[in-house]
Amino acid sequence: MSDATADAVAPDTRATGRYLYIASVVFLCAWVIVPIYFLLINTLSSPETVNSFPKPFWPEFDLGSLTFFAGFAGMLTALKNSVIVAAMTMVMSILIGAPAGYALSRFEFPGKGLFRLLILLTRAFPLPLLALPLAVMFIQTGLDDTAFGLALVHTTLAIPFAVLITFSLFSGIPMELEEAAWTLGCTRLTAFTKVVLPLILPGITASAIFAFVISWNEVFAAAVLTIENRTLTAFLLQNLDTSPLHLKFAGGFILVVPALIFIFAVRKYLFAMWGIANR
Amino acid sequence: MNARILPYVLILPVTLFLCLFFLYPFVLVSKQAFSTGAGFTLDNFREVVSYWKFPISMQNTLLLAAAVVPVQLALALLMATMVNRMQKGRDIVLYIWTIPLGISDLAAGIIWLAIFEQSGFLNSMMSGLGIVDQPVNFLSYTHPGIVFLAIALAEIWRATAIMLVILVAGIGLIPKEYCEAAEVFGASPWKRFTRITLPMLRPSLQTALVLRVILAFEIFAVVAALGGTLFPVLMGETYAYQFDLLNSGAAAAMALIILAISIGFTLVILRVLRVPKGATI
Amino acid sequence: MTLRVKIAGAMSGLAVLVGATVVQADVLFWSTQAKPVEEAQAMREKVLAGAEGVDYQPNDPGPWLTRLNAELQAGSGAIGVLGALHGDFSAMDPDNLVDLDELGVNAASNTFNSLAQLGTDKSQYIPWMQASYIMAANKEALPYLPDGADIDALTYDQLIAWAANVHESTGSPKFGFPAGPKGLKHRFFQGYLYPSYTNGVVRTFASPEAVTAWEKFAELWEHTNPASTNFSFLQEQLLSGDAWIVFDHTSRLAQAFNERPDDFVAFPAPAGPAGRGFMPVIAGVAIPKTAPDMEAAKNLVQYMMTPETQIATLRATNFFPVVDVELPDDLPPSVQAAGAAVAKMSGAPDANPGLLPAGLGDKGGDFNRVFVDTFERIILARQPIEAVLEDQKKRLAAIMEETGAPCWAPDAPSEGACPVE
Repeated sequence: MSDATADAVAPDTRATGRYLYIASVVFLCAWVIVPIYFLLINTLSSPETVNSFPKPFWPEFDLGSLTFFAGFAGMLTALKNSVIVAAMTMVMSILIGAPAGYALSRFEFPGKGLFRLLILLTRAFPLPLLALPLAVMFIQTGLDDTAFGLALVHTTLAIPFAVLITFSLFSGIPMELEEAAWTLGCTRLTAFTKVVLPLILPGITASAIFAFVISWNEVFAAAVLTIENRTLTAFLLQNLDTSPLHLKFAGGFILVVPALIFIFAVRKYLFAMWGIANR
Repeated sequence: MNARILPYVLILPVTLFLCLFFLYPFVLVSKQAFSTGAGFTLDNFREVVSYWKFPISMQNTLLLAAAVVPVQLALALLMATMVNRMQKGRDIVLYIWTIPLGISDLAAGIIWLAIFEQSGFLNSMMSGLGIVDQPVNFLSYTHPGIVFLAIALAEIWRATAIMLVILVAGIGLIPKEYCEAAEVFGASPWKRFTRITLPMLRPSLQTALVLRVILAFEIFAVVAALGGTLFPVLMGETYAYQFDLLNSGAAAAMALIILAISIGFTLVILRVLRVPKGATI
Repeated sequence: MTLRVKIAGAMSGLAVLVGATVVQADVLFWSTQAKPVEEAQAMREKVLAGAEGVDYQPNDPGPWLTRLNAELQAGSGAIGVLGALHGDFSAMDPDNLVDLDELGVNAASNTFNSLAQLGTDKSQYIPWMQASYIMAANKEALPYLPDGADIDALTYDQLIAWAANVHESTGSPKFGFPAGPKGLKHRFFQGYLYPSYTNGVVRTFASPEAVTAWEKFAELWEHTNPASTNFSFLQEQLLSGDAWIVFDHTSRLAQAFNERPDDFVAFPAPAGPAGRGFMPVIAGVAIPKTAPDMEAAKNLVQYMMTPETQIATLRATNFFPVVDVELPDDLPPSVQAAGAAVAKMSGAPDANPGLLPAGLGDKGGDFNRVFVDTFERIILARQPIEAVLEDQKKRLAAIMEETGAPCWAPDAPSEGACPVE
């Protein structure tokens, strides 16, 4: 398709445009990767190198800092807890959030404005202030110190993303598409599952990524609400800022990796399936 | 199920959930903002607003949001369109661009401090290239402009991906026929972008902006890492009231002020980028 | 709808699980100290290895306090033993802490023991370990010491001259000060600068001597690394070379001495016209009234006070014992350096030891804020000293009146609330 565009323009500008395009893609990739690369260098450096100046631009593959964490009691359990909580958060926020996103995009109903406000309020108030009453409630109901209880709190944080993203995606799908399916003998439900759902898979994926990442990186509620079932973030991150530099970087790196693996695993679903979108 | 009840059935789970896990604690906390022991009072609000750092932190928060969010929007739009027309390596490029999503704000603060500090990577690079003889002190109280720039860069790096992911998901839904038709009629790429992509993308743009703006007013960890005590922001002051001064009334009042600002801006965005019911063609 | 049923089912299932585990749970040691990952690890593996079934969890003050308050409000909890600074405990309602007199363990210092009563007549916490703030320098800075200055008996004027020499010769300001968000700058003003210049903290807050003190500090600031507003743990800047001469908490300098013991020296804080002001740091252990297993919690507190544990704690955290113990010779370099500096400081002929603020209750944070604000306004915003002191004095007086806290050393004793003169 871009070839068709290019035909209309002079070959020079076309070539320049192409180089410019590739150059900006490369530049933007570098812009994202270079800071991560610095983190990697510091993670794989000895404490002396981390504190040295000028800093090296090649890692020296000193595994001291990483080995320290490998010997850290409870890392694996914490990792497992983090994954469980993040997975529960993902499932709950989408199951609960997506129907609401659909309702917001398809129906006009009294109270809609109020509902949207409620969704946004959730995201605009700092969790550390809400943690006290939540913790009291959890202790009283027995939800305290469970992965499920923490997942409930994380779901609250992820729901605005799930609702709003699915809402914007549903809004992008013409109503006519669904109506056409009805005339072809689909019920409202089958029209939804067969026609609409595949189209908003990217939106679901985006919501899932947000839910996972929010839950993965959340420290405060995790630190307050879990004791024996600490998540990796609560276990590591909240003590990182007071730790010596080389451990700070190694710990930060360890926390980043699982989130990156997850995003890598689901990246493909961020794109709409072209066949359907092209109609 | 009939169409009058259906929407309520669909939003019921979210509403119940949020009432229990958000609204209930929220009401309890907000009540503290309006009391200092006995009866209704606005003293907490008076106290936090009259504190000498309040105007500075308000100004810093707003300036930072004003500087960062538009750049992020433009950058995210650019990246989304680039990814969309890419033929090869699309998912790898998108993956790289979304990497910062997985990095918590605390970790992002650590990374960017390692870049900007006196013996950090930026200085190492500059002295390696012979641009400077001595490491430059970027994060010093004598250069507030540079501190601001460093924070803004770190924020742009960290949080552009949030908008990018939402926009990429939305842009894929725009039927290609529209762009192709416009091309046939000789519309320039820029015109196609402003006349077709942008309007069709309105729902996603709205969502991305609203979420990003709300998060921008809650910025804290990156600022604390890079700006230290030099760059007070509203959220940092809120935490100071709650955890250093043990004054939860004042902390709740601060949080409500932040909430009011966020909601105000959100309403403006919703107005400007109103989404029609369903997509009209 | 089935989802909700499932959630309800899962919820009750998990509740049962939790109910079952609580009974045999370890004693939860909920602490704000020994937070750095290495120290936490050493606490678990070295210090608490001898006490079976202890779960040591260090936290930021935010989650620490939130969890504790939630348990107190809910009336039941998991925390067995609290570890925190004197200031954290004094902000609590003593009724929420179990009286610990019957345990029969105490610090060697009666001053510490009476602080631990928090204004009641029973021990509310047991002093656990102590530290202080000292100075440290890179050995490269030593040649720049002004003529006739003895590093173990510096005055503030000599310190300023020293920092100025280094600044001039190296071209960059190399004094490092913990003015970052988590830095302990307020302790420098409360326990070091003010006592050294004014022989007081509260009474003399806005005195002419205080004006001199701030003028001197402003002079020192001219030679202070301007990135100090990002510094909270000066071991990092010592190691990186961003700062050569620094002031900080002994445990926040430890890593520098342990990594490169031959490159750094530790020495006492400087003296002013009113002597060599300095101040201790006290951490304590306490038991909240909601502790699930009171016996186990009390056993843990007693365990923490045994001489062996106290020495193990010293190795792990760089906090010194509070009971009388014979210190072994093979201590880490950081402990040896800091211990010697503290001993010189308290043994100095002009020593002017201060006490920790007492009786401020939950206004401790506001009290600190008065000093931090004064610093930020005078030094960072360059507002006129007299005007700022007059203005901040009102806030300080309000705090003292509201709490009725009597004066503490080096301020002269008062009847009733300590007056700001």
